[in-house]
Amino acid sequence: MTDDVLVSARGLEVHFPVGGGGLRGRAGGLLRAVDGVDLDILRGETLGLVGESGCGKSTLGNALLRLVPPTGGTVTFDGTDVTSLDRRGLKEMRRRAGMVFQDPFASLDPRRTVAQTVSEPLEVHGLRSGKRERAGRVGELLELVGLDPAVAGRYPHEFSGGQRQRVGLARALAGEPDLLVCDEAIASLDVSVQAQVLNLLRRLQRQLGLTLLFISHDLSAVRHISDRIAVMYLGRVVEIGPAAAVGSDPQMPYTQALLSAVPVPHPAQERARRRIVLTGDVPSPSAVPSGCRFRTRCPYVFEPCDDVDPALQPAGAPGQLAACHLHGVVGTPVTKTPEGVTAEPSSR
Amino acid sequence: MNQPVLAVEDLRVRLRTPRGPADVVNGLSYTVGAGETVAVVGESGSGKSVSVLALLGLLPARVATVTGTARLQGEDLLAMSPDRLREVRGPGAGMVFQDPMTSLNPVLTIGRQLVEGIRAHGDVSKPAARARAADLLREVGLPDPDRALDRYPHELSGGMRQRVVIAIALSNSPSLLIADEATTALDVTVQAQIIDLVEKLQDEHGTGVIWITHDLGVVAGIADRVLVMYGGRCVEDGTVDDVLERPAHPYTRGLLGSLPDLAAPVGPDGEVPELTAVPGLPPPPTDLPPGCVFWPRCPVRSDPRCEDEQPPLAIVSRAAAGAGATASGTTVSGATPSGAHEGDRAHLPHRAATWCAEGTSGTGSPAVAGTSGTGSPSGGAR
Repeated sequence: MTDDVLVSARGLEVHFPVGGGGLRGRAGGLLRAVDGVDLDILRGETLGLVGESGCGKSTLGNALLRLVPPTGGTVTFDGTDVTSLDRRGLKEMRRRAGMVFQDPFASLDPRRTVAQTVSEPLEVHGLRSGKRERAGRVGELLELVGLDPAVAGRYPHEFSGGQRQRVGLARALAGEPDLLVCDEAIASLDVSVQAQVLNLLRRLQRQLGLTLLFISHDLSAVRHISDRIAVMYLGRVVEIGPAAAVGSDPQMPYTQALLSAVPVPHPAQERARRRIVLTGDVPSPSAVPSGCRFRTRCPYVFEPCDDVDPALQPAGAPGQLAACHLHGVVGTPVTKTPEGVTAEPSSR
Repeated sequence: MNQPVLAVEDLRVRLRTPRGPADVVNGLSYTVGAGETVAVVGESGSGKSVSVLALLGLLPARVATVTGTARLQGEDLLAMSPDRLREVRGPGAGMVFQDPMTSLNPVLTIGRQLVEGIRAHGDVSKPAARARAADLLREVGLPDPDRALDRYPHELSGGMRQRVVIAIALSNSPSLLIADEATTALDVTVQAQIIDLVEKLQDEHGTGVIWITHDLGVVAGIADRVLVMYGGRCVEDGTVDDVLERPAHPYTRGLLGSLPDLAAPVGPDGEVPELTAVPGLPPPPTDLPPGCVFWPRCPVRSDPRCEDEQPPLAIVSRAAAGAGATASGTTVSGATPSGAHEGDRAHLPHRAATWCAEGTSGTGSPAVAGTSGTGSPSGGAR
């Protein structure tokens, strides 16, 4: 069973010191970007990680690859502890984990040709010796992501956003990774181009047997591409489960609100729908509420929420977990109705 | 009250660019009635933002040539003197931009920015303007409005900042509100709050709204009427139900097919089917293709005229639209304002600028003609 887990995080924390500093000395607090995440990414699956801005989804993705050092907890990649890897081990781990970033304008070096960008991982990891072999491999990689190998000599500014994202993808695949982390990889693209890249990712994932961590704020896209979905709120995974179950029958009130807020392009459905409009803003990650971190905005809030931080527990479909007291002790759901949708505004 | 708030007729914008003249908007006509929401949809470069910036004289005069007419309550915005235009911005038309951080001045308090707008358009004392500013902030749902007046933009969250921008836009009770990607930078839950807010204010004040967005989901929820732009032209317009549920133009269909749908049915193999992406890229406005603007990417291309002649906006007959979109013979000149049926929204014409809607029986229904290709941009870079 554990053989099927490629990446595993236990109690993962990334806390940043904030405020203070400067002239008044250090008297700042802690920003809990990632605050106790347990997460398993299964070999060969596409795990979608969704959440609103500031929920820590990007930091979590970075922490899994140790692009930011975790301040607590553990991460294992294919059985090895990532947090204690030495330089050499880290280098090998990063070969096996490729990353595609959000902004294809910022993530490619404007002074390097596509060939230079894509062949760098080949050189660094010594995957192809000799210029000719590397050039051949670059051609293969470009073809794989749907670009003409003839563009290898061009510079990033000659490409559109979607094409740059394909170049970034080719670079990420150069190391023949097991895991591909896509951090908002389609967010900056036009709708019709997003669809092209989504289709490409799905095709590559199957063709190469990749494990994909797809980080996005776009629930529709995540629902489309993922096998499982993890929902983050204020540094914590608050619900996880099969995409179909989380997408159609969410068990955590936050996921319910998030899904209800996603507009769908069907006018009749949109007019008929009742949105769960959450009041107020997400609390600051440097002042996480006590008890359940969603309680300040939750329409269902009741007694235990103030004091007890709920753990992920089975709820709904098989394999679906939610961190919510509504699901009470395992298997005995508490029936509650919302007391209106006007939870205490938590805005500053 | 039959007169529309805004009637745009044959709007054209040409920009001088280092790569030669760019025809960014090419003959756009539409109307916005009181209390009506018109959504302008399109991808980047389709000219949707430029078309509204041109209305309010916000394009740099040195590089932009704007022609056509745009009557805001009968008065042509494009023929106005700069002084008059300045009076109109605010009480006539308010605007909300995409990024609330850049549209607010970071070094002035919220209160000062609101008071400035209020006092610029009326003889109001400072204390009175301040009281009105606090009322506005209360109206847009900012908690503790009196204290918020003394805050700076950076002290507020993105959603709160956008509320402030909306408060400023509404401070002079405009008859027209233009929202340019106003919720694009916001999270979905905050987006839902802002949409609810604009709808509520619109109901109360009877404001006409132009909502520019690329998000067809948002459009489905708020719009009465939709205008789809591509290559600086309106390629399809009509009621929101007609355009989204019975799209007649291959581009509109492609756009809808590109959207991952939360409610999409799962296929027999338990998987969500592939998206029908539109291959290729939108054309740059400096280099529009001859013929139909969409033909280089069009999966249908069933008519010999596609490559030579831009099809005019023609009425799509209602019965045929459901069966696969055949255009009736009636051709409406692109310059005719769509306000011909003003006040009678149920009979708002559904129009599309496409040749291929006519007599497609030979090539099969365009609705299923979406390419299955992953749309690799042929030949790579341009």
